[in-house]
Amino acid sequence: MYVYDEFDRTFLQERVAEFRDQVARRLSGELNEEEFKPLRLMNGVYLQLHAYMLRVCIPYGTLSSQQLRALGAVARKYDRGYGHFTTRQNIQFNWIKLNELPDAMADLAKVGIHGLQTSGNCIRNTTTDPWAGAAADEVEDPRLYAEVIRQWSTLHPEFTYLPRKFKIAITAAKHDRAAIRVHDIGLRLHKRDGETGFEVMVGGGLGRSPFIGKTIKDFLPKEHLLSYLEAVLRTYNLGGRRDNIYKARIKIQVHEMGAEAFAKKVEAEWAEIRDGALKLDEAALDAIRDRFQIPDLEALDDQPAELASALATDDAFARWHANSVAPHKAKGHAIVTLSLKPVGAPPGDATADQMDAIADLADQYAYGEIRVAHEQNLTFPYVRQKDLPALWAKLKAIGVATPNVGLLTDIISCPGLDYCSLANTRSIPIAQKLTERFADEARIADIGRLHVNISGCINACGHHHVGHIGILGVEKKDEEFFQITLGGKGNSKARIGELIGPAVAESEIVDVVESLVDTYLNLRTSPAETFVAAVERLGIEPFKERAYAPR
Amino acid sequence: MTSPLQRKLKISGPTVVTANRLADGISVWLTATGGWSETIAQAAVGTTSDEVLRLLDIAHADEITAVGAYPAPAILAADGTPQPANLRERIRVTGPTISLPGAA
Repeated sequence: MYVYDEFDRTFLQERVAEFRDQVARRLSGELNEEEFKPLRLMNGVYLQLHAYMLRVCIPYGTLSSQQLRALGAVARKYDRGYGHFTTRQNIQFNWIKLNELPDAMADLAKVGIHGLQTSGNCIRNTTTDPWAGAAADEVEDPRLYAEVIRQWSTLHPEFTYLPRKFKIAITAAKHDRAAIRVHDIGLRLHKRDGETGFEVMVGGGLGRSPFIGKTIKDFLPKEHLLSYLEAVLRTYNLGGRRDNIYKARIKIQVHEMGAEAFAKKVEAEWAEIRDGALKLDEAALDAIRDRFQIPDLEALDDQPAELASALATDDAFARWHANSVAPHKAKGHAIVTLSLKPVGAPPGDATADQMDAIADLADQYAYGEIRVAHEQNLTFPYVRQKDLPALWAKLKAIGVATPNVGLLTDIISCPGLDYCSLANTRSIPIAQKLTERFADEARIADIGRLHVNISGCINACGHHHVGHIGILGVEKKDEEFFQITLGGKGNSKARIGELIGPAVAESEIVDVVESLVDTYLNLRTSPAETFVAAVERLGIEPFKERAYAPR
Repeated sequence: MTSPLQRKLKISGPTVVTANRLADGISVWLTATGGWSETIAQAAVGTTSDEVLRLLDIAHADEITAVGAYPAPAILAADGTPQPANLRERIRVTGPTISLPGAA
């Protein structure tokens, strides 16, 4: 955990006081809506279909147990007893009243969290690998650099009014668990000749014009991270389109200019500033590194007797372990994913009671730390292997141990028309029906890795473009229809899914997904060939044929 | 020639004016007396462009009570009571179509 210093704490308190004054002036009529709207958005407050929605920033997806309890308390006191974890490692509360928002924010500020950088045309919360600091395959903990970016980007005076929102993601692992190639800037931390640096990708993004980010620098020495980011942002801020909201993201600028020409402009800008005040020295990095509290892990052996015994005697535990537990870089430890995708429930939601219970379990079994994953699940990054059987029983009791992580029912979904004022169709009911159709744990385990992503409109908050099966809601004459794409991937080999044909009716979508899955099961070379690998090998035709066959 | 300042609004049937209440964001509908109701049944109904523009003027003049006013198509029940005419508006009237987490 990064621990805020006095500067950060004071800043947050002042920010809450400022927002409290702004709300009071709005409620009194001193500010009109046109004046107030940008102010509330700068604090993460949206007005949705039925109520105000507060989006709370979880910097690089890292929460302490104390912070999770505070989120639960806000859910209980100001909302309707639950929150929704998002694909950008944030949490949303759907029912907060305007005049209670300042109190909710004050409660959150006490534990160092807020709604800054979750809305508006600024640099948003930097996201990263939920396994950061624990993953066996990472170069180093990327959260250090995510925090560096946070300190640089928060209220950056030059980048407060960008042409559009701007999202940065960073990974330091071989396996990309942060979907960096579909971000405005993706940073991949790696080593070259013993030196740490970044591959820099720009212009990725989803929405109505999906693009995979293009590498404009193979290796950026780490000391130049901020100056180079500043050069990219400056190039975008000056050259990005402001005449058309649909063409204002950096991905359009990069696409229209070409990555090479864009990179040249960045390099020219960077040459002017690279050795200036933004150059990171080791002392600056150490000062930030020192404020991270890293758990002092015990020296333990792998495969302790408690774990071996449970694996040998309890099939349900073994299934969960095979699905939801990942190797840790420290011997005798494990990374545990808590599925927020139980059968029949909205993906990514957690009740206040669950948040409290998870916080307690984090204290008891996971060094008090929780991560939020972009797949809308939670992670305990530091768990002793010997504690896994006991932890599993307690996670199961609170409904967060469904062994479906990475499987068909681990669905990423936007809130859709049940909440969102931009949506064309509902998303959550489709996810619920799919989880019910595929409720059999052995069946989804046999199907294997399969990412289903659902968006209720072209803005693609459910990242449907990079779902192995992507589902996009479209409205036709007040009826809900769903387009299907196949073969999308959000990882290091990211690609945009291919549309298989006309949209299908809401009443048919679950059957169609099932027929796609059955097609895969019939055609896979072996269970080792995943759904997306089969789509890549076969193309979409055999799937398309079955999807539209009469039933 | 139509002045660019002249407002246009295409109205094809019964229409109500709806917004979100400033204090808590919930859906509200403009009534015939210029107030706001939490139920669409009490909404004023316009059937022509002029009528709906007049309702919108009233709504926009009261942004201290409700924000983001817009015209929404309605259908009229046998007794003339307005009801929502599309899915979006039905959801705004009845709330999310799913059980909320933690609900009994």
